[in-house]
Amino acid sequence: MDPLLSGNVDLMTVVVVLLKVLVAFAGLLVAVMGMVWFERKALADMENRFGPNRAGPFGILQTLADGMKLSFKEDLLPEKADRFVFRLAPLLAVIPAFLTFAIVPLAGNFSNGNDGVVEILGHKTFMQVADPQMGILWMLAMSSIAVYGIVLAGWSSGSKYPLLGSVRASAQMVSYEAALGLSIATVLLIGGMLSTNQIVAGQYGLRWNLWMTGIVPFFIFIIAGTAELNRPPFDLVEAEQELVGGFHTEYSSMRFAMFFLAEFMNAVTMSAIIVTLFLGGPSGPTFGITGWISDYVLPFIYFFLKVLLFLYMFAFFRGTLPRFRYDQLMDLGWKFLIPLALGWFLLLATVRVAADQGWNLPLTVVVCLAVLAAGAGLLRAAIRNSEHAEAMAAGSVAKDASEVDV
Amino acid sequence: MRVEMFTFLLAGAICLGGALGVVLLKNPVHNALSLVATLFGVAVLFVNQGAYFLAAIQVIVYAGAIVILFLFVIMLLGVDRETDEGREPLVAQRPLAVATGLAILGLSLVALLSAGQRATGDKADLAPLNQPGPDINHLAEVLFTRYVYAFEITAVLLTVAVVGAVVLSKRTNEPLIDLDEFPEGTVVDVRRRADDAKAQDEVDADAEVVAVPDTEGDPQEGGDD
Repeated sequence: MDPLLSGNVDLMTVVVVLLKVLVAFAGLLVAVMGMVWFERKALADMENRFGPNRAGPFGILQTLADGMKLSFKEDLLPEKADRFVFRLAPLLAVIPAFLTFAIVPLAGNFSNGNDGVVEILGHKTFMQVADPQMGILWMLAMSSIAVYGIVLAGWSSGSKYPLLGSVRASAQMVSYEAALGLSIATVLLIGGMLSTNQIVAGQYGLRWNLWMTGIVPFFIFIIAGTAELNRPPFDLVEAEQELVGGFHTEYSSMRFAMFFLAEFMNAVTMSAIIVTLFLGGPSGPTFGITGWISDYVLPFIYFFLKVLLFLYMFAFFRGTLPRFRYDQLMDLGWKFLIPLALGWFLLLATVRVAADQGWNLPLTVVVCLAVLAAGAGLLRAAIRNSEHAEAMAAGSVAKDASEVDV
Repeated sequence: MRVEMFTFLLAGAICLGGALGVVLLKNPVHNALSLVATLFGVAVLFVNQGAYFLAAIQVIVYAGAIVILFLFVIMLLGVDRETDEGREPLVAQRPLAVATGLAILGLSLVALLSAGQRATGDKADLAPLNQPGPDINHLAEVLFTRYVYAFEITAVLLTVAVVGAVVLSKRTNEPLIDLDEFPEGTVVDVRRRADDAKAQDEVDADAEVVAVPDTEGDPQEGGDD
C-alpha cells in the first residue's frame, strides 16, 4: 500500500494525488508524442529515407501537427453504424491505456533494498499514481477491457472489413493473454508479491527478474505483449493489404486519433511494464548520492533508458518482420507459447519447493526437465499426428485434382 | 464511511442498470455490453469490500474472456440484429421466469435478513479473509488447505470440459459443407473427398464425378486445358 493513503486523508494528500495524476497524464502524452516521432525516424533510418523533417527541429513536432490536422477533419458517422457503440469504442481503447500506466513506478530510490519512498510536500509516497493490492493484475484487467475498444469499433462500424478485423482481434488478444498471464505468474512466483512497487523493490542490485526467472518468461512476455498490442508482426487486426484499415477503417477525425493515441500509448505502457517486471524498473546504482538526485533524477534516467530500449525494439519489429499469417499466429500462441510458459512455470515452482524442502536441487531440475521434455515430445507427436491427418486429406484432394486436369 | 457509501450506491446503480439492459435491450451486442457493465459494477463492489484480488479476477475472467467470447460468437454467427421479442416460442416461459426470479429474490432476502452476521460477516466462512494483510495471501491459504479438494475437483471438471470440447469438435472425414447446396461440377474436389471417404474403390475413373466445366466458364474452376 502507498504510505500516502495509510494515515489520515487531508487536503494536502488530495493535492499530492492530483499532482501525481497530472504529471503522469502529461508525461504519458509527451511520451506518446515522442514515441510516434521516434518510431517514424527509426523506421525511416531502417528504410534508408529521411522520415519527418519539416515541423520543428528534426521533425519532432510532426505528431503535434498531425494531431491538429486530425482534429480539424470531418467526423464521419457511417449510416449503418451503431451510433452509441461507435462513439463508445474509441474511449474504451484510450482510457485503459491511461489507467494501466498508473501502476508503473517511475522513480524513487530502490538501491540497497530501499522501498522507493519519496517525500512530496511533506507526505511520504511512491512515485507511481497508484499501488493497489491487486498490483500487476490491474494491467491484465485493463488489457482485457482494452480488447472491447477494438472489438466494438469493428462491429459497430457496420461494414465488413472492420468486422473481420474485430473478429481477429477478439480471438488473438484472448489467446495471447493466457501466455502473458503465465509469464507474469513466474515473476510473482519469484517475488511473492502482486504490488508493482514490491516487484521493483525485490529486484534491487541487479537481482532482475530477467535472469531470476531464467530469461524464458521474458521472451514469452515480449512476444505475447507485442501480440496483445496488435503491433507488427502481429497486426492482423488492421492489416492494410487485407482489411483496408482493419477495425478503424470507418473512423476519422478525433475518434481515429484516439485509436492512434491508444496504440502508441499501449506501446509505451507495455515497455514500462516489461521494465517494471523484468528489468528492475527505475532501480540502479546511486553512486552514494542522496537527496533529490537519487530520489528522482537518477532513477528516472534509468527507467527512461530501459523503456527506450523496448520502444526501439517495437520499432525494430515493425521495420524488419513480415506479418504473421492467421494460422501461424494461432499456432505460435497455442502450440508453442502457452505450453512453454506453463512448463517453465512448473519448473520454477518445483525448484522453489525443492529449495524449501531441502531436496537435491540439481537432481530435481534434471528430473523436472526430463518430465517436461517428455510432455513436449507428446505434444509435438500429437501436433504432427493431426497435421499428418490433415495433409493426408489434402493430399487425396490434390491427387484427385491432378487426375481431373488430365 | 461516506466514500464507501457513495461508491456502493454508484456501483449498485451500474450493476442494476446493466442487469436491466441485459434483459430489456433488443440488440444482442448491447445485451452483452450491459452484462459487462454489471460485471464491472460487481468488481467495484468487491474493491469496496477490500477484496482486490477477486475484483481483478472478476474483470479479467468474466469481462476479459467470457463476454468477449460471447461477442465473438454473436459476430461470427451474424445474429447481431435486433430480434423480435413479440412472440415467445415456449408458452409458459415468461410467467415462469418472473415467478422464478421473484422466488430467488425472496429467498435471498429471507436468508440475508434472518441469518444476519452469519451470512456475510466474521461468523461466516469469510473469517480467514478478513484478517489484515493482502487478501490474496489469505485467499490462497484457505484455497489450498481447507478447500483444496473443491479446488482440485473444479480444475479437473474444467479440464474434462476442454477435452470434451476438443473431442466433439474433432474433424472427421465427412464433407464439411452440404453438397446439395452446390451445383454439379463446381465443387469437384469436395465431392471427390466425400466419395473417397464413403467408398474408396468405387471412385476411380467414374464418369459422373469427373469435372464438368461450368457452362458459365468460372475462371477458378474452368481448368486451363
